[in-house]
Amino acid sequence: MEHHRMEVTMTVNGRSVSRDIEPRVLLVHFLRDELQLTGTHVGCDTSQCGSCTVLIDGEAVKSCTVLAVQCMGQSVTTIEGLEQGSLHPMQEAFREKHGLQCGFCTPGVMMTAIQLLKQHPNPTESEIREGLDGVLCRCTGYETIVRSIQHAAGLMADQEPQPEEEVG
Amino acid sequence: MMDVLGQPVKRHEDDRLVRGKGQYTDDIRLPGMVYAHMVRSPHAHAKIKAIDTRAALALPGVLAVYVGSDLKDTVGMIPTAWIPPNAEMKMTPHPALAYDTVRYVGDGVAVVIAEDPYTASDAADLVQVTYAPLEAVVNPREATESDKPLVHQEIPDNVAFHWSVGADLDDVFAASEVVVRQEFRQQRLVPSAMEPRAAVAQYNPATEEMTVWTTTQNPHIHRLLMSGILGIPEHRLRVVAIDVGGGFGSKIACYPDEVVVAYAARALGRPVKWTETRQENFIATSHGRDHVQEVELAGTRDGRIEAIRVKAFSNLGAYLSTAAPGVPTILFGLILNGAYKIPQASVDVYGVVTHTTPVDAYRGAGRPEATYLIERMVDLYARELKMDPVEVRKMNLIPHESFPYTNPFGLEYDSGNYEGTLRRALEMVDYPQFRRDQESLRKQGKYIGIGFSTYVEMCGLGPSEVAGAVGFQGGLWESATVRVHPTGKVTVFTGASPHGQGEETTFAQIVSHELGMPVEDIEVVHGDTARIAMGWGTYGSRTTVVGGAALHMATQKIIAKATKIAAHKLEVSEVDVTFEAGQFGVAGVPGHGMSFASVALDAYLAWSLPEGMEPALEATAFYNPKNFTYPFGAHVAMVSVDPHTGDVELMRYIAVDDVGNIINPMIVEGQIHGGLVQGIGQALYEGAEFDDQGQLITGSFLDYAMPKARFFPQFETDHTVTPSPHNPLGVKGVGETGAIASTPAVVNAVMDALAPMGIRDIAMPLTPIKVWNAIHQQGGI
Repeated sequence: MEHHRMEVTMTVNGRSVSRDIEPRVLLVHFLRDELQLTGTHVGCDTSQCGSCTVLIDGEAVKSCTVLAVQCMGQSVTTIEGLEQGSLHPMQEAFREKHGLQCGFCTPGVMMTAIQLLKQHPNPTESEIREGLDGVLCRCTGYETIVRSIQHAAGLMADQEPQPEEEVG
Repeated sequence: MMDVLGQPVKRHEDDRLVRGKGQYTDDIRLPGMVYAHMVRSPHAHAKIKAIDTRAALALPGVLAVYVGSDLKDTVGMIPTAWIPPNAEMKMTPHPALAYDTVRYVGDGVAVVIAEDPYTASDAADLVQVTYAPLEAVVNPREATESDKPLVHQEIPDNVAFHWSVGADLDDVFAASEVVVRQEFRQQRLVPSAMEPRAAVAQYNPATEEMTVWTTTQNPHIHRLLMSGILGIPEHRLRVVAIDVGGGFGSKIACYPDEVVVAYAARALGRPVKWTETRQENFIATSHGRDHVQEVELAGTRDGRIEAIRVKAFSNLGAYLSTAAPGVPTILFGLILNGAYKIPQASVDVYGVVTHTTPVDAYRGAGRPEATYLIERMVDLYARELKMDPVEVRKMNLIPHESFPYTNPFGLEYDSGNYEGTLRRALEMVDYPQFRRDQESLRKQGKYIGIGFSTYVEMCGLGPSEVAGAVGFQGGLWESATVRVHPTGKVTVFTGASPHGQGEETTFAQIVSHELGMPVEDIEVVHGDTARIAMGWGTYGSRTTVVGGAALHMATQKIIAKATKIAAHKLEVSEVDVTFEAGQFGVAGVPGHGMSFASVALDAYLAWSLPEGMEPALEATAFYNPKNFTYPFGAHVAMVSVDPHTGDVELMRYIAVDDVGNIINPMIVEGQIHGGLVQGIGQALYEGAEFDDQGQLITGSFLDYAMPKARFFPQFETDHTVTPSPHNPLGVKGVGETGAIASTPAVVNAVMDALAPMGIRDIAMPLTPIKVWNAIHQQGGI
């Protein structure tokens, strides 16, 4: 049984990558096995746990539910691409507020949280808890994750470029 | 420099983990590596008639298919490492791959090795196994009936052991004023660490060394067991666990899978990786709990508990997993009186094998099963007497002046102030107001309830002499090496194996406090048998209690040697040397001194050391604890039950714990939160269910209700501090308290809410349909 292969090209963490792969390869396996970006984890096989969540063209997507070839021409951001010189505010916040223990679900949870803050820049606690419905964490009991996201919202609001003052 | 002991120091491990730079077993990639995929039995009980591997082997990219008969003569049985005494325990022969009979859905029958994981998975589907299915048994009490199929022919009535402690209490119960009887189903749980298990094995034919990276909580125990199974001497076997994505007890056991992977790596001369799927994790990674308990409590009419008697059927699954026999015996039966002064107690445990996934430790391991039982019984007793459950608790809690307290099974509780945590919890809830609200809401057809759990548990496993006496086939001391480098920086090597609990940070805090150096200058190494001489791993809330104490001892040895060097260099008597905040000084001579770092350099240069002293500055200590430690606390759950839907809402949750001295309050709080969610998950959501044929019908996260963020309010936590008197750090352990305490608090709260309907008990988990059915069986609202 010889498997058909095809070339896939996409942008991952700002760099263009091309690989010759089987079309059935999941994006998460493409990232982990082809690109050695092992910060994205596989925690289940039914798209419940969210450990594999990445950003595709800025949207949080579970990379175990997407074929790599479906991302042809798209831009994928993984946990390794969040840091721009210094930690992303979400990473900083999770560290500050003890939002992780074993760290396995953490990259996916942070990616989910980035999307959440995009939709709700100043979320209520219940918006955060509801917004975490697509991820599972077995260590933290979620409370410090909620605090981390609240803290990140504050850090990100502080970083927002202020509207330029009109020059009279 | 600020003393960091007791401070919420941010975690070292997070520097890599928040960047996605952690290294979990599945992240390892070696040159020439190939991939394993297991073929598992779809039947709970069947004879293997034939295995045809031809189609699988014909698939391009497939290197080998191994079946049970390939391993039979060279690979030993997977052993159990806990043999409770006086229990007539019978072993369950457990081949790494079944070659004759399969005994649970998920039992391994073959392994496929291929160049890539997709091909390995494809080929596994092509392995044709012909089974002759047989009748299965899944319930532990039913399995002991004489007409039931046997899981192992060697084990009559499927009873692998029968363990009893305590005297005959028939007379006590016959003479008692009040007897309360209840049966509890302590349901089976799936530990569900977010990282599935994995193993990578590499064999070096030149050195004859085998290295196995695997998801383990105890690499040295793995090395010990695998050495025996594979016939590889320990000095040529290295087990490594770098980052492990949670364990909760499910990564204690030595499983067939890592053994099979090591076998394949040696046979093929290629590194082999195996990573389980979540589906495999559900069926082939150990489960937790699963008891049927028949409980009787005897007491006086005015509220004094006189005796507790328990008969428990503990489901162990198809084979006895590594620590399995110790969980429903020692860790359960010896603490059945909980935090209460109960003069008489007896326990009778049947360890039963069934055609189900093996059961082993899961967070709390035995103590949640005991705590649930006693905390529920206290409530039922209070209800029988029409007394307030808090009053009954106050009457029966072991008073603070009674410590050390010897419980009816001979355990010596080290220290406690149980009334103190209950008092603090009651302050936080305003109990009288809650009762008033409850009364007025009931008149409006609304049902709220409050539940208490005033628990105690035993942890910090444990004194090695006790380990031996209770049949654990290992020691339970812990090791620590403190290596001070010539620059004064420190590497700590611990035999414990943290996997999320944060000891890379808390251990650095201990050393920072004792040596007066910044935490940033201290590195904590764990999880590698080649770097750490020996250790027993992380479970039973023992890492800081036992491993931390070993570290303290090693650090004291460092200080003792460094003090001698400083005295020699400063040309004063050793007794005049002071050591404070990383600086050696001379008593009464301000300004005369030297830093710890310069002493370290002198120790390595060895140009001028005290007469007879060896160079370098390194110390190893082995701490064998004197006793278990006994954390305790008072937890309170407040719930609202919707009688129209059966839905339970957790309104508030208050946890007042006493875990002794606290090294890092941020980490302690995180441990409590995590435990609470697992314990509340057992009360309300989680439960593994098998059908009569032994099929796990809750075999994915679609079917098994893992708790989610929106199920919970903010937890309200507080502490009292009663140090453990026998632990050098005064710590008691915190990893399991939340999971142990919370389950009965929540169920007691729901039963309190439903009390007007006459509902005494509902088997966990208290899902809406069960609650609704219970309400309607009582005639509705």
